[in-house]
Formats: sequence, structure tokens, C-alpha cells
Amino acid sequence: MTSALDFIIPAAYFIAAVMFIYGLKAMSSPVTARRGILWSGAAMLVAVLVTFVHPEVKGNYALMIVAIAIGSVAAWWTAKRVAMTDMPQMIALYNGMGGGAAAAIAGVELLKASSGAVTMDLATIILAVLGGIIGSIAFTGSLIAFAKLQGWMRKTWRFSGQQILNLLVFVTTVVLGAVLVVQGASTGVLIAFFAFALLAGLLITVPIGGADMPVVISLYNALTGLAVGFEGYVLQNPAMMIAGIVVGAAGSLLTQLMAKAMNRPLSNVLFAGFGKADEDAAGAAASGEMKSIDATDAAIQMAYAEKVIIIPGYGMAVAQAQHKIWELTELLTARGVKVSFAIHPVAGRMPGHMNVLLAEAGVPYDVIHDLEDINAQFPTTDVALVIGANDVVNPAARKDPSSPIHGMPILDADRAKNCIVIKRGQGTGFSGIENLLFFEENTRMLYGDAQKVAQALISGVKSLG
Amino acid sequence: MEGWVALYIFMLAAFTGVEVISRVPSILHTPLMSGSNFIHGIVLVGAMVILGMADTSAEIIVGFIAVVLAAGNVVGGYVVTERMLEMFSSTGRKKE
Repeated sequence: MTSALDFIIPAAYFIAAVMFIYGLKAMSSPVTARRGILWSGAAMLVAVLVTFVHPEVKGNYALMIVAIAIGSVAAWWTAKRVAMTDMPQMIALYNGMGGGAAAAIAGVELLKASSGAVTMDLATIILAVLGGIIGSIAFTGSLIAFAKLQGWMRKTWRFSGQQILNLLVFVTTVVLGAVLVVQGASTGVLIAFFAFALLAGLLITVPIGGADMPVVISLYNALTGLAVGFEGYVLQNPAMMIAGIVVGAAGSLLTQLMAKAMNRPLSNVLFAGFGKADEDAAGAAASGEMKSIDATDAAIQMAYAEKVIIIPGYGMAVAQAQHKIWELTELLTARGVKVSFAIHPVAGRMPGHMNVLLAEAGVPYDVIHDLEDINAQFPTTDVALVIGANDVVNPAARKDPSSPIHGMPILDADRAKNCIVIKRGQGTGFSGIENLLFFEENTRMLYGDAQKVAQALISGVKSLG
Repeated sequence: MEGWVALYIFMLAAFTGVEVISRVPSILHTPLMSGSNFIHGIVLVGAMVILGMADTSAEIIVGFIAVVLAAGNVVGGYVVTERMLEMFSSTGRKKE
């Protein structure tokens, strides 16, 4: 019996690892994506079931089942209910839970080492400690990211000496970790180590502004993967090592791609932030006045245009206006207007978030274009309709070297013959940077909630017959 | 497991991760991040082992928390990814 299990358990983990990689690969194409998550789900089921008969698992089965039930039911209940617009913060939350679990594993293993129940060689204790630091930071950092995106935490606390404090906390964490490695774990040091690691995650994330959250969520996702991979080594579990490191590497790459899309080095996202720079830079360059337009005139302008490009932003998403916008698009297309959607890589609260929202509204892929594909078309476009997007269309990125977003690739809405901006009020967007586009000669502001405005535009186009 | 073998596993897995993601269209970045988020939910396996061999009450408490958190990671990650991908597949059908 034991010999059979000795084969079955590693074989099951191996098959699970293969299926994870296959599933992730399939998830990278829209055609096979659905199959990918099913494969990964099956892999997870296999891995979890086989763990019940794992030779090192000696007891606590009832507790295990209760714990799985609590975590699963709570997550299932929340995940089924969350609106597509709120998806990024839920992903952050679930990710944080994974980071927390990895840190907890490190905690128990180091606790066992401190009581002498297990002995660890140097490599094992180093990886346990590293996984503990990374997992803890991903845990509390993701919780802050969740709180910010959920709107529970609007302020970005900044004070002088903040970075020095953060550095001190981080260095203390590393020093305590080094003590654990050199002297072996002792309960007191262990508690202090985790307290400081968790605090580091909080402090690093608190000053980061909402506009940078996509990058931050992706970074913590990668970190959790790394932590899981390291704890996999500690537990001698190759499936955890492989799945964790694959996610860690994939996540690091995604994070890099996103940071590049915003033209900001990662260090800038983590240690600078828009909020600080805008106090001196923003507003100074903005001149002229915003000119408003009413929905009927805007509708006429679009209905008689040849080419319209719609630039959706988070403002469209929060207003749940994507369905109305698609209805408007269909009306315009029926009149012979060529309508395309232009999506900035960091539109929304997560990379690709806007694509998810448009997919929800049933917008087909072939009218959706990336920044590189569509930017050349703006000069020949009659109307660029900006819906609740802000920084991604701010020409300051091109024109104003003093702007904090200078150099970031943007959608060139200002180069269209006319630009209509749907916006709730005159304030600045999520990043707090004044948008030069709103003051351009050919820009008109259409104030109001995106959903109501979209309805008014629909009625306007319909009334033309 | 020998350290060098582990190092090879880490190295190959890292290349696999980069390779799998490098050619992904940006429209799939969110579901993909969510999907990879689900995959590191494999930490549940480790959390179960930890709880399964916990002896002292401190170990049991921390192990229990680990399993609750990891199960949340797995189930939450799966459900939100599945919900997003479901919309993509329906868009795909509409186009055909």
C-alpha cells in the first residue's frame, strides 16, 4: 500500500504541474482560454485530493475540511457576486490570501525548526525566510490595494521621511530574517520577523496612488507566485515549486509590460507616485477654458461623421455604460459611420480590464484596437469620443516635459478633428493630473453620468431618423 | 531534493512562465493575471500538509489560517477567471 502511494502521489503532482502549464498556455489565446481554466481547475482538484493521502499528513483531517469549506464558501460567494467593474480588487484580495498562506507555511515550518521538531539545512531555511518575507508583503500589500480600489481607503498618506521609514522597516525585516538564518529560528525573533514583514507590505502600498494600482496588483501576483515556489522547496513539493515559479515569472513579465505601457520604471511606481509630483507640475500648463456641448449636438456631430473612435475609460465602467455605448455604436454603424474602439493598455483598473468590460457588453474583438494600431488614424477621424478616460488621452504626456506623465504613450484623441469628452465634472481624474485635452480648441465637454449621457446620445441619433 | 535539482526546476519553470506569457494579446491580460493568480493557489496543497502535520496549538492555528486563506485563493481565483473567460467566449461566438 505504501509503495503504491509512493508512486501515485508524486505522479499526481507531476500530472497536475503539466496540466497547469498547459492550462496557462491555453489561457493566452481567446479561442482556447476557457479550456485553459478548466484544465487548470482539474489539475488543482487532482493535487488537492491526493494531498489527503499524503504520507506527511498525519491528522487534523476534520480541521482541514472545515478550513477548506470556510475559505471556499466565502470566496465562492463573493466571487459570484462581484461586478465586472470591481474585478481588479477581488483579484487583489484572492491573491493576497495566497500570499498570506505562503507566509503562514513559512511560519509553521520555522516554528517547527525552532522547537527542534524538524532540522533545516541552510538552503531550506533561506528559502523559508525569503518566502515568508515575500508572502507577507504580498499579503498586506494586496489587502491595501483591495481597500484602495474598493474605495475604503481614499487617502494616499505621504509625509516627509516616509521612504526612510519604509526603508528602515524593510531593512529590519531582512536583518531579522538573516538572524533566523544564522542563529536558527527562535519564537521571539520569528514573531518580530513576521510583524515587520507584514508592516513592510502595508507601508510600501499605502502611499501608492490609485492610478498605479494595475502595476501593483500584478507585482504582488508575481510575488505570491515566488513565495509559493520557495515554500514548495521547503516542503519538498515540486508541483508547488513549478506552479509558483511559473506564475512568478509570468507575473514579473506582465508587470514589466504594464510599467512600460505607462512609461514609468517600476521603481518609480513603488517609490514616487503621481500624487507628489502633481502639486508642482499640474495645472501650471493648463490654459484656456473648457467648452461644453449638449448631448443632442454631440449626437448630430457623430451621426453625420464618417469615422468615430470611441475611447472608453474607467468612468464608463463605473457608470455601467458599456451596454448603452454598444447600442449607440450599432445605431451609428447602421447609419454608415465607421466606429472603432481604442483601448489603452492601462485603461481601467487593470491591464486589459476594459476589454473584459467591453466583452461583457458583447462588443466584438474586430472593432477593438490597441494603441499602436489606431493612433495613426486619429488625424483622419471626425469625432473622438472619450468616455471617462483621463490620463490615457492627456496630451501633456507628449507636450509638457514637466508633467509627471510625460513620455507615457497616449491615445492621440487631441489629433482628431473633433473631440467630445464625457465626464461627470470638471475635476481631475484618478491620478490628479490636469488634462490638457479638455482645454484644446477642438474639444467639447459633455458633462454627466456616462450612462445617462449615452442614453441621451442614443435618443439624439434616433431622433434623426 | 538536492539543491541543484531544485535550481534546475526553478530555472526551467521561470523560462516556461516567461515563454507562455510573452506573446499574449493585451486583451487577455486581466483574465490571464486572474488565471495565474488561481494557479498559485496550489499553495493550498502546502497549507494542507502543514496543517496535517501540525502538533502544537500554535502550529494548528497558523496552519488552519493557511488552509482557509489558500482555499479562498483557489476558489476565488477560479470563479472570477471563469466568469471573465465566459464573456470572451460568448463574444467570440457572436463574431463568427
